[in-house]
Amino acid sequence: MIRIENVSLSLQATPILHDISLTIPKGGVTALVGPNGAGKSSLLSLIARLQPLQTGAISIDGLPVDTTPNRTLAKIVAILRQDSVVASRLRVRELVSFGRFPHNRGRLTDTDRTIIEQSLKQFDLTDLAGRFIDTLSGGQRQRALVAMAFCQGTDYLLLDEPLNNLDMYYARDLMRSLRQVADGNGKTVVIVLHDINMAGAYADRIVAMKSGRVIADGAPAEMLTTPVLQDVFGFAMQVATINGKPIVLHHL
Amino acid sequence: MIVAASKKPLRFGVVAGLGLTILFVSSLFVGVSDLPFRTAFSDPDALQLLLVSRLPRTLAAVLAGAGLAIAGLIMQTLARNRFVEPATAGTAQSAELGILAVTLLWPAATLAMKTLAASGAALLGTSIFFMTAHRLPPSQPFLVPLFGLVYGGVIGAGVTFIAWQADLLQYLAIWTNGDFSGVLRGRYELLWVGALMVALAWFVADRLTIMALGRDASIGLGLDYAGMMRIGLIIVSVIAALNVVVVGMIPFVGLVVPNIVSRIMGDNLRGTIKWVALSGAGLVLGCDIIGRLIRYPYEIPVGTVMGVVGGALFLWLLFRRPAHG
Repeated sequence: MIRIENVSLSLQATPILHDISLTIPKGGVTALVGPNGAGKSSLLSLIARLQPLQTGAISIDGLPVDTTPNRTLAKIVAILRQDSVVASRLRVRELVSFGRFPHNRGRLTDTDRTIIEQSLKQFDLTDLAGRFIDTLSGGQRQRALVAMAFCQGTDYLLLDEPLNNLDMYYARDLMRSLRQVADGNGKTVVIVLHDINMAGAYADRIVAMKSGRVIADGAPAEMLTTPVLQDVFGFAMQVATINGKPIVLHHL
Repeated sequence: MIVAASKKPLRFGVVAGLGLTILFVSSLFVGVSDLPFRTAFSDPDALQLLLVSRLPRTLAAVLAGAGLAIAGLIMQTLARNRFVEPATAGTAQSAELGILAVTLLWPAATLAMKTLAASGAALLGTSIFFMTAHRLPPSQPFLVPLFGLVYGGVIGAGVTFIAWQADLLQYLAIWTNGDFSGVLRGRYELLWVGALMVALAWFVADRLTIMALGRDASIGLGLDYAGMMRIGLIIVSVIAALNVVVVGMIPFVGLVVPNIVSRIMGDNLRGTIKWVALSGAGLVLGCDIIGRLIRYPYEIPVGTVMGVVGGALFLWLLFRRPAHG
């Protein structure tokens, strides 16, 4: 369980988050949605201890993120940042292997190798495993980064807009993989999404943020309604129902 | 971690290893005094020459080259920028400032004391460089090396001014331009501390590779980012200071060697760091041999030769970019 209590954040005197309290239960997929600048990435960074806490408290499975040793947390929570840049000339397999670092501190075991090969296979990277990252396309690189986060094998997976650069095939593929680890392996996935229909189709719960506050929170069926979405995104959008599922026509 | 099964690194390794061996043996038999290979071990005078002068000189070149290449590699890793090295980004200049201060304030200090002072000054100077470099916008990668050049230039100018005022300019030339001609047994052994630093870098190679992925990725993988930064800074500063004090700074080694190895084998340091050290050693030793031969029986300092060879290699690196960024 991720417990966020009264968390506020200001960067260079600009308030980013206002008194956020939120509990994300263990297991399942939670989608964070909201307009640009709502504070979604900042919240994710705070949970993943990449940003120091200013006020309030955050704990994962009862471990406070600001005082628990970094090495311990690295085995519990993995994060993929939105703007990850790999400037190093690493091969795909090497990059993904570093996801196992918190567990093996650099000495690969057979278990590690199995997990690495599984991750490569899961994200369709086996053929690219020997290629240098800087020779890949943006989408292929993104998949390698997601595979690295998966490989870390943590109970909690925080992903900041992982669908960036992915085509329809791999975007769907990634969401299905997330669903699979949540259902099959009991993992907890927190994912920042801009595609509201992806959130509706694959998340168990949608948390909507705006101007540094959580303004709505609930199951997809409750969230994908015209009034809620208008509150969050600032314009009215039609919500249709196809095969009993809500589809937001946000592009019309 | 895993080095992909490719023949390229193996071939590079064979070439680098064989090259260094050939250079090492050649270096023992190249010099002003005649040292015939056949009598080297039977004639006591020849053996004396070998043990007192040629072997120490050769070892000094190997240690200096390996150290400087590793120092450059670590600096590039921590700065996440391929165009910085201790000789240009203020580390060497700070070390010179440190040794100059000791020479002025405490002339009786031993070589080890001077090295300690130079290391401390280098650590301070390099830390200030990194504190500033990390504030520069990442969208402008060339600002970091440019800032380093200006920063190193300013400290260097200060050093020259103080040395001129104190009438120590000749000393300054010894520290700023690498030269192995003064190396004898008993006067280079401090460089072995540099070998310890190289071993330490090898030990933390995986961590350094992760550091190159940036702060967020490092913390996410459970690495003590600040602690690794300190270890890296200490390795860079100690190696640079040792070189300044014992043989004088040699330019370009830290810049070109890590870049060439990265082009050929990538940046997984667990696999490549030994080749960086080996190539650095070979390059410096090769340049020293050239310096001994080019105006035989006179010598050209290795720093000068490296300025030409290293500059040419750097230009080649710039203009022959790999197919994908």
